[in-house]
Amino acid sequence: MEVAIEAKPATESLTSELAARVAELEKRLAALEERTEDRVTIVVFSGDLDRVLAAFIIATGAVAMGQQASMFFTFWGLNVVKKETSFDGKTVFQKMMAMMSPRSSQALPVSKMNYFGVGAKMLRAMMKERNVTSLEDLIGLAREMGIRMIACEMSRDVMGIKESELMPGLECGGVATFLGDALTSRASLFI
Amino acid sequence: MSTAFDKVFDARGMNCPMPLVNARKEIGKLDLGQVLKVMATDRGSVADFQGWVKVAKNVELVAQETETTDGRNVYVHYVKRTA
Repeated sequence: MEVAIEAKPATESLTSELAARVAELEKRLAALEERTEDRVTIVVFSGDLDRVLAAFIIATGAVAMGQQASMFFTFWGLNVVKKETSFDGKTVFQKMMAMMSPRSSQALPVSKMNYFGVGAKMLRAMMKERNVTSLEDLIGLAREMGIRMIACEMSRDVMGIKESELMPGLECGGVATFLGDALTSRASLFI
Repeated sequence: MSTAFDKVFDARGMNCPMPLVNARKEIGKLDLGQVLKVMATDRGSVADFQGWVKVAKNVELVAQETETTDGRNVYVHYVKRTA
């Protein structure tokens, strides 16, 4: 009899302690879930046709799989989202840079065997032959799919690429824009 | 082998990532519980569709099979919309 009287409060306190711990865990789980999004974030640093193709295939593939995607274009990657090149209002260095850079995605070189652009032309022809989607179509697809595309403000400014030279509808941002997405993403890549 | 389906999507001749990208678009046009039959010539699509259903929460792979027509393999995927 005495044992039963003692045991009852012990079970009660154990139950309430467990309930408190479960509630705490649920709260932490909810916080964790809130911190991760079904998203893939890609830094496009390269301006090489082959690398950029990989970036766009991953991004569009991710969206097709039900994820969201962010692409952050910086340095040579800015050439990918350029719609034209203008020389107006640029410094001498910026003009030189503009002259030596591809004028748009159409003119990107390949990372290997470029041979002054012949390699890139050859790769494009070979892709067409195998019915692989072109880079320009992939870019269009990415925009249609609502992929978040951000142009790095700092490198754009350094290289003197004006906003009017970029495709319309790009966001501009900095490191925190990228990290804001990357830190809550399931995967991040630097290409 | 015959698996029931509601709509056919012909992805023959398409290459990565287009079979997946377009199949996802097509599946969005189906009602819940309906099955899309995707025909592809891209060999990679077999593993791609498996990866897709592993990650996405709204699709289920009912069956996969390979048909051979004129000596060419056609990879057939049956995808069900679940959400």
